[in-house]
Amino acid sequence: MTEQSINETSPEVVEQPEKKEPLGVFFWLCLSWLILVAVGAIFGNLLPIPDPNEMLSMPNEGMSAAHWLGTDALGRDIFSRIVIGSRISLTISIGSMAIGFGVGGTLGMLAAFRRGILDLVATSIAFMFLAFPSIIGVIAVLSFWHPASLGKITLVVGITSIPLVYRVVRAATLATASKEYVTAAKVMGARDRRILFRELLPNVAPTALSFLLFGLATVVVFEGILAFLGLSLPPYLAPSWGNLINESRDAITSTPRNWFLIVFPSLALCLFVLCLNFVGDRLRSYFDVTEVKL
Amino acid sequence: MSYQNQTSDLLVVENLTTTFNTARGPLPAVGGVSFTLGRNATLGVVGESGSGKTVLSRTIMGLQPRVNVEVGGSVLLDGHQIVGATDDNLREIWGTTVAMIFQDPMTSLNPVTKVGKQIGESLRIRLGMSKAEAKTRAIELLNLVGISSPAERYDAFPTQLSGGMRQRVMIAIALACNPTLLMADEPTTGLDVTIQAQILNLLDGLQAERQMSVMLVTHDLGVVATRTDQIIVMYAGRIVEMGSTRDVFLNHRMPYTRALLESTPRVSNPSHTRLKTIPGRPPNLLKLQQGCAFAPRCSRATEQCSIERPLLQPAAAQGHMFACWNPLDSGSGDIQRSSNVAVSAPTTLSQAVTPQPTTTEIGDDYER
Repeated sequence: MTEQSINETSPEVVEQPEKKEPLGVFFWLCLSWLILVAVGAIFGNLLPIPDPNEMLSMPNEGMSAAHWLGTDALGRDIFSRIVIGSRISLTISIGSMAIGFGVGGTLGMLAAFRRGILDLVATSIAFMFLAFPSIIGVIAVLSFWHPASLGKITLVVGITSIPLVYRVVRAATLATASKEYVTAAKVMGARDRRILFRELLPNVAPTALSFLLFGLATVVVFEGILAFLGLSLPPYLAPSWGNLINESRDAITSTPRNWFLIVFPSLALCLFVLCLNFVGDRLRSYFDVTEVKL
Repeated sequence: MSYQNQTSDLLVVENLTTTFNTARGPLPAVGGVSFTLGRNATLGVVGESGSGKTVLSRTIMGLQPRVNVEVGGSVLLDGHQIVGATDDNLREIWGTTVAMIFQDPMTSLNPVTKVGKQIGESLRIRLGMSKAEAKTRAIELLNLVGISSPAERYDAFPTQLSGGMRQRVMIAIALACNPTLLMADEPTTGLDVTIQAQILNLLDGLQAERQMSVMLVTHDLGVVATRTDQIIVMYAGRIVEMGSTRDVFLNHRMPYTRALLESTPRVSNPSHTRLKTIPGRPPNLLKLQQGCAFAPRCSRATEQCSIERPLLQPAAAQGHMFACWNPLDSGSGDIQRSSNVAVSAPTTLSQAVTPQPTTTEIGDDYER
């Protein structure tokens, strides 16, 4: 065999796609909204907005220049309550997802990679927990664990999310671990840690990320449910989106003209969840190298 | 671990068995296989799907699953005992002594890592190269396996490459640490025929150039016909015939080998010739009969065949063995000899489509 024929030019050259499809205006709009919410949550106290807990005006006042989104039943500014309210919602959702992914994600990857007794025990426990509706567990724990605090709610919701995250990450890891390239890496002499971080993690990450964004949004809604049942932080301590919706429930049933009380907090929550999902989805497909874009 | 004399055989397999413990009983995927492979030699392992070829090659590498599997016998690879070795022991020889090209180039590359990185990875792990060194070497390897503009391809993701290029990348990965033995498990099955020939020629050239041994596992006789020194024919997890490529093709004694050869299309046949097929299916390994596993499908089977399993017995030529009670006459391979053309479609088609500068592989078939 001559050198020439080894280096015969391959006719099957595929041109690399040079440009990626841009992320799109809608993506940037959504991202700006998310950043805006985050800024509001972090720097809410410093912003030149009315005090959210101060009775500043007549109750149930409509939208005006002084109070952009009107005032609630106690004459507090709804706009500033929504801005400050995002703080509680975001803290709980980010915190609990950190717990969920920290414990559930790590366990899920390890269990799927090592299999054996760890997998058996962890999976059994996770599925046992999944058999119960998690909301009942959370309600039960929070009803008895008084008084509610940010840390407690985050912890309880976080622990509840562990089996869910575990299941998703374990499944994704199992699917990846059975791929030939993991065997190939092993035969190249890669050690377990390298296989975990170099081969498995990058392939599990897209699935985990989608689930994370979905989880963040779900917890925001979940906190709303808890607040609706009066199990979240008491509204006089700090408003959350869920609290705001819950508070306005009575106000609008008696006087439907006070629609703005419930519409704006709900809108904030919906928009946030929607943007989170859209941004996540767009990012995932933008950075996806496993699909050929033609 | 004892280290043997360098001049001894590279691979000595003795009575190797791989048994899967399934819910329906033990499944002997490899049922007592013995053979040796010298240095700088090429061995072809052929057989139908499910004949145990892949399990055999994986067991030799120590890659059989860890649960519900029993491995018996002995595999001495360059003096290292593979059977019973732990992953930590095997890691010392993986990559450097033995490397593998996997069957499916679509799933054998990590989709989220640049191909260059994947080649460089083993260089960094096993040879302790720096990042820059590994990159230079990876580009050299890409060039070696015939990928055009290798420096640009270094940054490509697997999905940006075609099947043939991915298989070339797989070969580059396998060659990275200069293995003494290269296992190629159906390296061309997932590729179309013109690319198949290119990949096989590439392997052939690299084998000669690098003085390595190659174990080529395939169900395609055309692949092994001109590229191997020795052939093992497997059926139902056992060797039914083995010997030099020439002996197996021309003087085969086992009816199964004949049947395999006859079911391969040849250009010398007039067009529209109906291919002979082997009637029946490969046996269910869970319910192996006591006699010859091929007996139910064999036209020469007698009563003895279903009672007693034939053992490998030597044929006339040295190193040529077959397991059959009613062997074909020696030299009966004339069905092949009459034609001076190729054995199967891949080789021939490649000849028609991409003219090769070297014609040894086709013109004087089996004469290597």
